[in-house]
This record gives sequence, C-alpha cells and structure tokens, in this order.
Amino acid sequence: MPNFHLNTRINGTFISCEVPQNTLLIDFLRDRGLTGTKPSCELEVCGACTVLVDSLPASSCTTLAAESHKRNLETIEGLHREGGLTPVQKAFSEEFAFQCGFCTPGMIMSAESLLRQNTDPSREDIIHWLDGNICRCTGYESIVRAVQNAAKKLLGENKEEGGPNEQTVQP
Amino acid sequence: MSKPFNRRNEPFSVAGHSVPRKDSFAKVSGKATYAIDVSLPRMAHAAVVRSEYPHAVINSIDTKQAEDAPGVLVVATAHDFPKLNLRFGHIIRDHQILALERTLYQGEPVALVVAETRQQAFHAAKLVEVEADELESVTDGRTALSEENSVVLHPDAGDEEPNSSFVEFQGNIPAHVNNICAQMDVSWGDIDEQFSNADVVVESEYDYPMIYGYAMEPYCAVADYHGDRIDVWTTTQHPYSVREDLARVFELPMSDISVQVPYVGGAYGSKAHAKIEPLAVLGSLISGRPVKIVLSIEESILTTRADSANIKAKSAFSSDGTLLARDFDIVLNSGAYTDNSPLVTNKIAHRCFGPYRIPALRVRARSAFTNTVSASSLRGFGAPQGVYAGESQMDEAAEKLGIDPIELRNKNLVGSGDEILPDKRPLETDLKQNMDLLISQLNADNTYDSAAQFRGAEQRLVGTGFALSASDAGSHPSSVAVVRLHIDGSATGMISSTELGQGRTTALAQIIAEELGVPYDFVAIADPDTSTTPYERATGASRTTALVGRALQKACDDVRRRIRSYAKDVFNVSEDDVTDLPAGVSVAGNSYSYGTIIDQWFGAGGEAIGVGEIRQAGDLEQLPPFWEIGTSGVNVEIDSETGQLTISKLATVGDVGFAINPAMTESQDAGAAMMGLGIAMHEELLYSDGHLVNPNVVDYRVPHMSDLPLSTHQVLVERQDGVGPYGSKGAGEGALNPMSAAVTNAVSNAVGRRTYALPLTPERIWRAIHSK
Repeated sequence: MPNFHLNTRINGTFISCEVPQNTLLIDFLRDRGLTGTKPSCELEVCGACTVLVDSLPASSCTTLAAESHKRNLETIEGLHREGGLTPVQKAFSEEFAFQCGFCTPGMIMSAESLLRQNTDPSREDIIHWLDGNICRCTGYESIVRAVQNAAKKLLGENKEEGGPNEQTVQP
Repeated sequence: MSKPFNRRNEPFSVAGHSVPRKDSFAKVSGKATYAIDVSLPRMAHAAVVRSEYPHAVINSIDTKQAEDAPGVLVVATAHDFPKLNLRFGHIIRDHQILALERTLYQGEPVALVVAETRQQAFHAAKLVEVEADELESVTDGRTALSEENSVVLHPDAGDEEPNSSFVEFQGNIPAHVNNICAQMDVSWGDIDEQFSNADVVVESEYDYPMIYGYAMEPYCAVADYHGDRIDVWTTTQHPYSVREDLARVFELPMSDISVQVPYVGGAYGSKAHAKIEPLAVLGSLISGRPVKIVLSIEESILTTRADSANIKAKSAFSSDGTLLARDFDIVLNSGAYTDNSPLVTNKIAHRCFGPYRIPALRVRARSAFTNTVSASSLRGFGAPQGVYAGESQMDEAAEKLGIDPIELRNKNLVGSGDEILPDKRPLETDLKQNMDLLISQLNADNTYDSAAQFRGAEQRLVGTGFALSASDAGSHPSSVAVVRLHIDGSATGMISSTELGQGRTTALAQIIAEELGVPYDFVAIADPDTSTTPYERATGASRTTALVGRALQKACDDVRRRIRSYAKDVFNVSEDDVTDLPAGVSVAGNSYSYGTIIDQWFGAGGEAIGVGEIRQAGDLEQLPPFWEIGTSGVNVEIDSETGQLTISKLATVGDVGFAINPAMTESQDAGAAMMGLGIAMHEELLYSDGHLVNPNVVDYRVPHMSDLPLSTHQVLVERQDGVGPYGSKGAGEGALNPMSAAVTNAVSNAVGRRTYALPLTPERIWRAIHSK
C-alpha cells in the first residue's frame, strides 16, 4: 500500500508523517496512544469513535487518516487541558450521564460540537444531534440533562464574560 | 422514607448519598483503560477463521495461502494442539475452542491466524480455505426436540460430566440426548383438578426472539502464555470463572493464572464466564508472543446471544378472578453449546409465573441445542422471556374475566413474608404498594406534546400497560473481600467484582467509607486480578452491592478489630479500654487516628489488613439471597395508519431496599428500562437457512436517543428490607424484566387486540389493528 504524506493538527499539535493510504483514522489515532477514541460498530452508526474534524463530528472508523489532511482534529484527550474539564465533561460527571463509559468520549465530542454550533439547543435539537451516538447503559435521559446543563452553564459564562458567543443568543 | 442510622448509630455520612462516581474523571476524560486498550511489548494480533456452514463435517483446512500472507506468524487449527483437550465450559465442558471434526453453527471458529497487525491477521484469515461436507441443520428449538427431527448436535453426549462445583444449576442435564441441553421442572398442587374447576381458562403461545446484548466494547482479550504461567487481560464479568476454564484447558495450577479485568465497556450478562480468552491463550501458546484478539461486532454476535423462547402458557381462574393454576411449557433455543443456558432454563422456570398465590403450578422448561450461535446469560436471565408470557396472560385473563388488570393482580399477589417457591426465601416486600406507586406515576400529569401529527382522534390510539416480576437473584453467595488500611488513614478495597459500568467501584467505596468512618475520597477499590484480588463468585444477578458489600463490611469489622488489638499493645491496656471512633479508636478517653495506631505498633511504616467473606450460612443460608422485584409500565400512542408506536410515558418503581447511591441506582433502572424497550420494540436476531442474516447494529437495531420516551418517571422505594448493607438489595435487572409484557399490554390496550410475538414493530402492530 503506497503511503500518503499527511499534514494534520491533532489536539493543537501539528503532525507531519507518512501513513499508508488505507489507514483508518481510528487506527491512526489509537496507534498514537489516543485510545480514548473507541471502536465499536465499525459501520458509522454507534458514534463511539466520534472525533471532531474542523469542529464537526466524524466517525473515525469510516474515515481515512488521509482525509484529515490539512484539517484540525480533536479527540477526547484534547478537551482536558490545564484549565481542567470542560463544562460538558463536568456536566456528564455531575449528572451521572455514563455508566460503562465506552460511548462517553464519542458522546462528549458530539455534544461539544453541538454546543459550538448551537449555544442554546432545545431538547429536540439535542436528541437530533446526538441520535448517532448509541449508549447501552444509561437510557439517555441523563445525557440529555447533562447537555442541557452544560449549555446553560456555557451561556451563563459567556454572558458574564461578554464572550464571542453572546451575539448568537441575541434575538 | 427513613434512612436513619448506620451500624454505629450515627447518621449516614457517605452511604445513601449520591456522591460522584469514582470513575467520573477517567471516563469523561478518555483516560479510562479497557481491555481493548491494553498493549504489551512484542504483542501480535489474532483473527478468527469461522465456519460458513450451519452444520458440517470438516474434511480439510488449507492454511498454506494464509501462512504465506504478509505479516503472518502462524495459522493454527485444532489439530495443532494434540496434547490439549480443547473444550471449555463452566457447566458442561462441551464447547470446542476451535472446531475439530464438525462445526455446529455458522460462525464457529475453525482456525486462528496470528500476525504482526490486526489488519494482516484479518486479511490472512480470509485466505484460509475450509473444505467441508454440509449436514442437515436445525435452527428452531421445538423442531430440534421433536420426534421427526433427525439432526443431533451432540451424538457423543454423556462424554462430559456436569461440573459438580457449579451449584447454581438445580435442574437436570440429561446427558445431551435428543438435543436437550437442560431441563427444569417445577410443580405443586393438583393441576388437572384446578383446571377442571376453573370458570375461565386462558391459553396462548408466546414467542420471545433471540436477543443480542450489544455491549459496546466487543469481546477482546490479550493473552501472554509463558509455559508455566498465563497472564490475561480481558473484558469479562467473571475473572475467576475464566481462570477455572483456563486452568482446566491448559493444565496449570490456578495460582499460575492471572486474569485481569480493567474497566469493562458494558456487559449486561453477555460477558459472563469464558468467551474468547481460551482462543487468545492458544494464539500466544502457538506463536510464542503476547497475542491480542479484538472481535468485530459481527463476530461478537456470533459468539453469544440470549436464549429465545417459545412458551405455551395456560392459566385457570374462578369467575371472581382468583388464580387457580398456571401451566407453562417452555422451550428455549440455546444454540450449539451448553454455555450458561442450563441456568437460564433454571431461572425461567422460577420466574415465569409471577409473585402470585397459585394453588397448582406446572412448569416444564427445556433448553434445546440448535445449529445457531450459543446462547447464554443476558440481563434478567430467563425473566424477560418468562414474564413476557406470564404477565401478557394476566392481562388477557383480566379482559376475559371483565376485571381491571390492577384489581386482578391485587387479588392474587402474595403478601410480605410469603413464599412463592417452596423452601426458598420469602418475599420481603410490599408488591401492592409498588404497584400502586407505579399506577399513580402512569396516571399523573399526562400532558405532553404528541410525537406525531394525527389527522384525527380515530388515527391516534392511546393505551396504558404494566407488568410485574419477581426474580430469585443474587446467585450463590461466595465472596471474599480484603480491606487494606494504610498509615495515612486511607483504605483500599480488594475484591474481584468487575466494574461493568454498574458502579461497583463507587458503591463499594461508599460502604467502606461508611464503615471505617473515613472520607469517601480516602477509599479506593483495586482492579480485579486473580493473582492478587480475592475470590469472587460472580458479578451478575444484581448481587455486587448487597453481597460483596456484606463481605466488605466484615472485612472492615476485621480491620477495626486489628486496630483495637494494636492499640491494646501500644498502650498496654485491656481490650475493654479501647473503643471504636469514626476514623480511629478511643483509648482511656483519648482519641487516636488509625495512622497513629499503625505507626506506633509497627514502629516504622506498616498497614492493617482485614478479611471478610460471605457464604451460604447465617442469614444467607436460605436462597435466593434476595428477590429482585420488577414493576414497570408505559403509556403509549399508536398511529393506526402506520402502526408506529411511541412511548409517551415510561414509569419504573425500583424496590431496592436502600439506595447506597440514589443517582446511580436510578441510572441502573433507567438503563434497564431502555434496554427493555429496545427488546419490546425493535430487537430480533434472524436466521434464514441456518445463516444469521442481521449480525450488525444497522440491521439489528438497538435504542437510539430518539427512542426516548416523551416522559420518564422513576421512583425508588427504600424499605431497608434486604440482606445487603443497611437493608439494601440488588438492582439493575428489575426494570427490564417486565418491560416486554408491559409494552405488549399497553399496545393491546390501545388497539383492542393482543399480540403474541416480539418485537412490536409497526408492521406487527398494524396487522393487529387490521386483522379481523
């Protein structure tokens, strides 16, 4: 298999390397030790392997590593930095919105993406956006609650700080 | 409800509170390690070659092309291990790790390819050619047991004796004759007389399909065989059961087998006992390298499913609704090998007839071998199958009798302290109060936005339904726990119960913190490893919090005893002068922390260790350790033009005795209920000509977020009436067990006709509406 010269950014770090053209993004990430991204259905329906490509969710099990060329990749490992957990991660923790935790990284990446696109999602928006992430343990209600709470918290923070998202919530 | 005091008569400081989960940070940050994430130096990867035939005699396996493929280290078949008996199984050792002469189902492992990478192994596995003569096959349970059937899966039956140490199974294993894997009979009273005296008899046949548990982490294991020692990292519920099987197959003392279980990515019963661990060890043995096997979800479905059931049920009533007799003839379709199906057979026979006063009962449950994927345990263990029939029939009878389903159940439910199985532990609960709580949830506040746009009242059918269940849960009470009390006053719980997501790490840490009087943050629970953490019978049957919790309480008592003894030595006083304090001891009026006592007794360093164990004795003498009660209901709306079903309300009552962590307990009920809704509405593995046609999560549809009920109402009832710490009992299966019956009853209530098979697809509902 011929190689592809990949230039990409993973969790803020620029990566330049040769990868076989048929390498799946999930294997590329997990082989680099980023095992927070989980494989499950391998058919793009369960969402466990969700990563963000330029802030939008993608199933890394059916994406080639080469497709991330010149893109910005984010995995669950990229969310938690010096500032601690993100509001979404904290809300999942506070609302007991996980059990086995295997779907959780993918679920959180989808939720992060939602709240970047839509700062004040309705219950229907949340269900629509996260419908591609399967959870077998919780029955989902606690996950909806966690995303709602994270959204509220983010809206509050942005209002206080007059942050960049404030305009989007003005009528 | 009251949650007064802990065992030292102090208000609860940690137990009974929804403290954050111990695994929160690991799991929301992506740092939690699962078996699928384990990697060892020099590790190779294995892929499994599977039979394409439902039933066949293997003539030859050509591995040449695969051996020459890039990266391949070795290709193994059963013939490469002439010195080993390649059979495993915790009840009957009949499960071939790799098929020898015959394959018994499509998907059965026939060869193993070990290569440098997983991709190379998968690629080479496709190059192995299996030449075989196909035999006639049987995939239906009743057909497999019928006299006309000539397909026998285990003609050399009787070679293997049942494992006598597996005391959980109480039925018969009739030496595999005529495809019977196991049989369980339960009966009392004069059934014929009761039926002849009945005013009303209802009789129907119910079909509960093959279900796949879909734990999101597929079956995976890493094995390192050193000749005189085996290390395994695996996604199992039962490290000690895996150890037992590996010790038998590879002829090693148990002390030389380390089975380690990091976080498990969902299990729900589907990861009970050995699955692919023996295969991974074979791969390591023949390649001389550590070997990792990660199955795809398709392969995971080809590894285990739940028993499907065909149930012929008959119930007799007098005209006032008094239940006179129940008669169940059950055939489970258990697939190609025994696995855990005898226990499922056992349990369905106990769980199908419900917590009612029944003057005469006859249950015959038989488990049938068929040329399908081996069936085993899954959440509820025979209860979902049996209760589907039993509780569907209660509503059917209510209709025929002209009595409200609530009233009919009220008339026949047993009271607190009554037995429902002879010589078993009586039910310590208030079933009528549970039912009243459920009904009030279903009736209250029924305002919600309708899911669909209906053109008129005629198109929108609404209904309500519920069901009840009682399960003899808790499994056999054998657990050993060790508590290590460190010099800084923190403690480590050493137990081999596995963290499946149910929250064992959190709940058990809460119990230790409560018992030792130390902060919750000062307690850790070790990961299971059979070479270090002590024996655990099972993580299943909803037993961990109640039973392992009891063992840990005893270990805490033991560690406190040791601290008091150290204090006696240090201060040269009599035992009576030393008394317990929350996080230390009082000696002659002065208080000392645990750390001070440990430090002074050893002079330098040290720690105090306590051991606790539970067995079938004392208040755990009578089995089951506890009854798990299911009380679930739904309100539904149905589009009469399409048959589309929407759950407008889901209600559950969790009869948990005492919730060690209420938020986690509610989460268990919510997850169990949703799993039950998926089974009721969507899920079914389908066979055609001996081939599984939907082995993936596109064609086998599990619930998505859009399947959320429009509203959910959960109640926890805490009567402190269980054998677990502070009166707790098990949870986690209860809400699921009655769910298929509850949804069926609600649909029947809405459309005015009954259904007798699952799942309740739009087509099946549409046909019920439009059938004449």
